[in-house]
Amino acid sequence: MSAKTNVTKFLSEYAVVIIFVVLTLASIAPSGLSIPYIIQEVITRLGRNSFLVIALLLPIYAGMGLNFAMTLGAMAGQIGLIFAVDWGVAGWQGLVFALLVGLPIAVLLGWVTGSVMNKAKGREMVTGYILAFFINGIYQFFVLYLMGSLIPMRNPAIVLSRGYGVRNTLNLESVRQSLDTLFMLRIGPFAIPVVTFIVIFLLCLFIVWFRKTKLGQDMRAVGQDMAVAGAAGIDVERTRIVAIIISTVLACGGQIIFLQNMGNLATYNAHDQTGFFAVAALLVGGASVTHANIPNVFIGVILLHAMFIVSPLAGQKLFGSAMIGEYFRQFIGYGVIALSLVLYAWKSRRAAEDQRSQLRQGSATGGAK
Amino acid sequence: MQWRLPVNNIKTFIQDFGWPRIIIFLFLVSLFILAPVVGVRLDASISDVMNRFGQYAILVLALVPMIQSGAGLNFGLALGIVAGLLGSTLSLQLELRSFLGFFGAIGLATPFAVLFGYFYGKLLNKVKGEEMTIAMYVGFSFVMLMCIMWLILPYNNPTMVWGYAGKGLRTTITVEGYWLKILNNFLAIKIGEFFVFPTGLLLFVALCAFLMWVFLKTKTGTAMTAVGSNPDFARASGISADRMRLISVVISTFLGAVGIIVYQQSFGFIQLYTAPNPMVFPAVAAILIGGASINKANIINVIVGTFLFQGLLTMTPSVINSILQTDMSEVIRMIVSNGMILYALTRKTKVSK
Repeated sequence: MSAKTNVTKFLSEYAVVIIFVVLTLASIAPSGLSIPYIIQEVITRLGRNSFLVIALLLPIYAGMGLNFAMTLGAMAGQIGLIFAVDWGVAGWQGLVFALLVGLPIAVLLGWVTGSVMNKAKGREMVTGYILAFFINGIYQFFVLYLMGSLIPMRNPAIVLSRGYGVRNTLNLESVRQSLDTLFMLRIGPFAIPVVTFIVIFLLCLFIVWFRKTKLGQDMRAVGQDMAVAGAAGIDVERTRIVAIIISTVLACGGQIIFLQNMGNLATYNAHDQTGFFAVAALLVGGASVTHANIPNVFIGVILLHAMFIVSPLAGQKLFGSAMIGEYFRQFIGYGVIALSLVLYAWKSRRAAEDQRSQLRQGSATGGAK
Repeated sequence: MQWRLPVNNIKTFIQDFGWPRIIIFLFLVSLFILAPVVGVRLDASISDVMNRFGQYAILVLALVPMIQSGAGLNFGLALGIVAGLLGSTLSLQLELRSFLGFFGAIGLATPFAVLFGYFYGKLLNKVKGEEMTIAMYVGFSFVMLMCIMWLILPYNNPTMVWGYAGKGLRTTITVEGYWLKILNNFLAIKIGEFFVFPTGLLLFVALCAFLMWVFLKTKTGTAMTAVGSNPDFARASGISADRMRLISVVISTFLGAVGIIVYQQSFGFIQLYTAPNPMVFPAVAAILIGGASINKANIINVIVGTFLFQGLLTMTPSVINSILQTDMSEVIRMIVSNGMILYALTRKTKVSK
């Protein structure tokens, strides 16, 4: 192996990470933000977002790509939170209550997602994306029309003035940061939400443990090659559904953690960007459609959000318009997803072509893909 | 192919056409029947439906070439729309009016559409099998990049830029005084107070549809279809799959540009910034409702689909609102359009890939 091919390989493997580090470092100075402020923000956002990003891991192991349908789990979590506020369950108990309400919904939605994806093998990502939109319609119907009319609501403060439907913005004062502030560790200028991080740590342990179980191994076998896994006696479809159910349930929990930190819930569009941010973070962290691990999650959240913190202000200073910074960070977010998907498709196509040119013996019908 | 009994014919028709489409069709018919009962004017509704059909038809037509060439549903149609936006804003900047303004907008959009389409097509050729997800995100990120461009490009026509800053384009720009309803009003037939038949608009749509139909019959068009339906056979007959796909993407992008300009002249406004994104999904949903699958589409699918989908969008708010006293159209639109795309994605494709 020559040094040159090593360098090219490194660059193509970590292209996204490198672009991000350079961009973020370059925009720290023009943003005018102090380093301690940025670090505190990054700590807060690590607690807020990591759980959601980890929810994406299992479907990747199962070869189903990036689970854009994780938004469904987020919706389940939001329904849980709406009920927690409605019933007036405050504090961390409110979050547990929200989780208990959200859990069965998330399991059901996860099962639906898994079954739909089993019908669209090879197109899981775009199917998941559209499914999220479809279920969003049903969610809106549920929250805007059924809640308060068919489903009795106790708390009139959260119901629209017309008598049914939930208000556009829900104040989560009763459960606001109840997990984060259970035990807040202060080191110098920094406040660290210890309990949130313990929860995230336990989830990481679960993922590591799960990979070693029979089911986890099956999942990775399915991810490698469905035909081979099926021949080996693994129930491929069921394994895929289980991966998606767990992912959806985790997304439900993740969204509850996310929203308790934010402190209010935009009832009808809080979940719109959930999948986008989580997927962008994971890809920025160096993951691809087929490979992802726990370090990718944390590197990604740190890099993406450091970028998000500095870019609006950098845009303001450099171009005299905060909107430019805002558009720029969205451009980067979408661009990163596009770039990673392109790099991945490119690589797998090249690999398939290499294989075919080795196998080719005069037959024109290449069977790959 | 074998001859079937008529009963089987009906069965296969239902199977081919699909239950979701039949349900949507029956729903629309019942809306039309209900309309006069609940006090919605039928002539005004039909006029609206025709207008919106004309507004959207070319955007839906733009999806045909890529489906035919096997590149899938063009979720990156936003690139074509952005090219169209560049054309229409330039046309306004140059103060082009009436037909010169409208066709000038198309002419000015063409080089951008070809350029974007070319690079977009090159990219899609490199990522075969993953086109749809990638197209979606390429579209999103490009629209975001253009958001920055709309702010900093040196446009200076006072009707287009923000008043107080004197620079940066407005989010919506009226085309009134330039080429508002130029096609709609061309030879338009007005019957009574509420009914207007937008002759020019529908003629233009018919012309585009006819040109597409002719194109699909030409040698290039046939080769393109061959690439989509049987790549191995196409390769054996010496057709370059990559070239055909590239042509289809460029045509699709160009039609996207034309489509949005036709939309603007009827709608009355140029919508910039993130506006192109929500234009794409309804177009995709429409062609699928019309009977297209993710690798087969024709002109009939476009016409039927646009009519059904736009009919649904026009009739639902007015009729359902009168019945339930509440606006559920947004939710119904979301469920129908995305449900339709979902249905198409999960169907086993008959033509082998």
